[in-house]
Amino acid sequence: MREELLAIIEKNSRIDLKELAIILGVEEIDVVNELAALENEGIICGYHTLINWEKTDIEKVSALIEVRVTPQRGQGFDNVAERIEKYPEVRSVYLMSGGYDLMVILEGKTLREVSSFVSDKLSTLEPVLSTATHFILKKYKDHGTMLTQKREDEREMITP
Amino acid sequence: MRNPIADRVAEIKPSGIRKFFDIVSEMKDAISLGVGEPDFDTPWHIRDEGIYSLEKGRTFYTSNAGLKELRQEISNYMNRKHGVTYNPLKEVLITVGGSEAIDMGLRAMLNPGDEVLIPQPSYVSYEPCTILADGKPVIINLKAENEFRLTAKELEEAITDKTKVLILPFPNNPTGAIMERKDLEAIAEVILKHDIFVMSDEIYGELTYTEKHVSIVELPGMKERTVLINGFSKAYAMTGWRLGYACGPEEIIGQMTKLHQFAIMCAPTTSQYAAIEALKNGDEDIAEMRMAYNQRRRYLMNAFREMGLECFEPYGAFYVFPCIKEFGMTSDEFATRFLEEEKVAVVPGTAFGDCGEGYLRISYAYSLENLKVAIGRLEHFVKKLRAER
Repeated sequence: MREELLAIIEKNSRIDLKELAIILGVEEIDVVNELAALENEGIICGYHTLINWEKTDIEKVSALIEVRVTPQRGQGFDNVAERIEKYPEVRSVYLMSGGYDLMVILEGKTLREVSSFVSDKLSTLEPVLSTATHFILKKYKDHGTMLTQKREDEREMITP
Repeated sequence: MRNPIADRVAEIKPSGIRKFFDIVSEMKDAISLGVGEPDFDTPWHIRDEGIYSLEKGRTFYTSNAGLKELRQEISNYMNRKHGVTYNPLKEVLITVGGSEAIDMGLRAMLNPGDEVLIPQPSYVSYEPCTILADGKPVIINLKAENEFRLTAKELEEAITDKTKVLILPFPNNPTGAIMERKDLEAIAEVILKHDIFVMSDEIYGELTYTEKHVSIVELPGMKERTVLINGFSKAYAMTGWRLGYACGPEEIIGQMTKLHQFAIMCAPTTSQYAAIEALKNGDEDIAEMRMAYNQRRRYLMNAFREMGLECFEPYGAFYVFPCIKEFGMTSDEFATRFLEEEKVAVVPGTAFGDCGEGYLRISYAYSLENLKVAIGRLEHFVKKLRAER
């Protein structure tokens, strides 16, 4: 049930417990227990909403920043990553394979805000060797959801 | 002017589904639960292979029986799923959908007057295809009390000296019924005893929810007398690609291929390339879609229970077949009023044979959100009808 449960709520975290139990073919109490277990184990980390901010009047700027850092003895990349993740404007931090070390996804109100974060805060951290900032111009697909296309049921009536 | 139409064609009844669809297409905010095809898009990697084949200029005919590589993949699939081996060069034919295979198979096997046993409720084309092949359809009325499975007794009673072919339509459209191994073993005995052939339409074979689908060809002595029909439409959500296939004894497949040569030449090339990809790398897609169908199936069964609507639990395909006898109306009356008053289209059970009277086919090839709205309307309608009585 665990895998199927996760697959469902990853797409729709607003589904109610009764309905979850029905479509999984289990009792409601089992769903409650499993969700609690998943939260405890840190497997379910939150129930977020996917928002296409571009359609609102609220200005937001997102950027991907490639960061090259010097790993520290005994700590690897953890120390610096944990330092970077504390800034609230940082949305995501990933350790990457390839040409750079950390991928930082940043969200700010204006271009200036993002660039000053990079120059004032990120670049000045001692282990940070270099940064390369890429601004996101348009989001086509996010979290597995296509943001720009809306599909209608195009199936035609056919006999038999 | 003389009548240009052949009598036997004129005599074939048009499908009962048509009428409802005509009304639905006129009605603005109507919801349909009538469609018999997956609501999913064909998985992207499969579409991509089709596109790639076009880019490479693979726009020629294939051999009549279909691409060798595809037939080989089908042979592998049969081995993997059912543990039987078909010679890809002689025992597999690629057709334009499973429907063509039904037509060709019956034409290849029937002499005038040969009887074809057709268990109903079932897909609507077995009967006309039998008639067009000069055969005589003999209907076996399946019963709700047997969960619409075919029993050995029912089969035995329907067999005469003229019986040549038994159609075996499981997992079943419209009932969602399946045949488990023990059910198949029971009828296989009768089939062998009377030396008849089987046309096993397993187009919904990948869509079973309690256990893996068992094909009759897995049973001893059955592969030699069975034309197994399958295709890509339901399993891989590839209805528009029009691709199916038949596996069977060389003798029958050879004759079917001859007819297919004259009528069709070959199945669409692009679809065949896409289908190779489907068979090679599509198992996960099937599992994902099956999971979604199963969730909807559980949702509907629960909804029927809550509104007190009788329905046996179907274990296959993507249909439920609730009973509406308590309302004292025919299936057609119920479906017509339901459409007019609640704007939801379902198909009356009678579209799939007279014994479908008192039942409705509801397809769950629709998103849960869609189903919820439709079920809300059904509940409202059912309450209204009960209040009327």
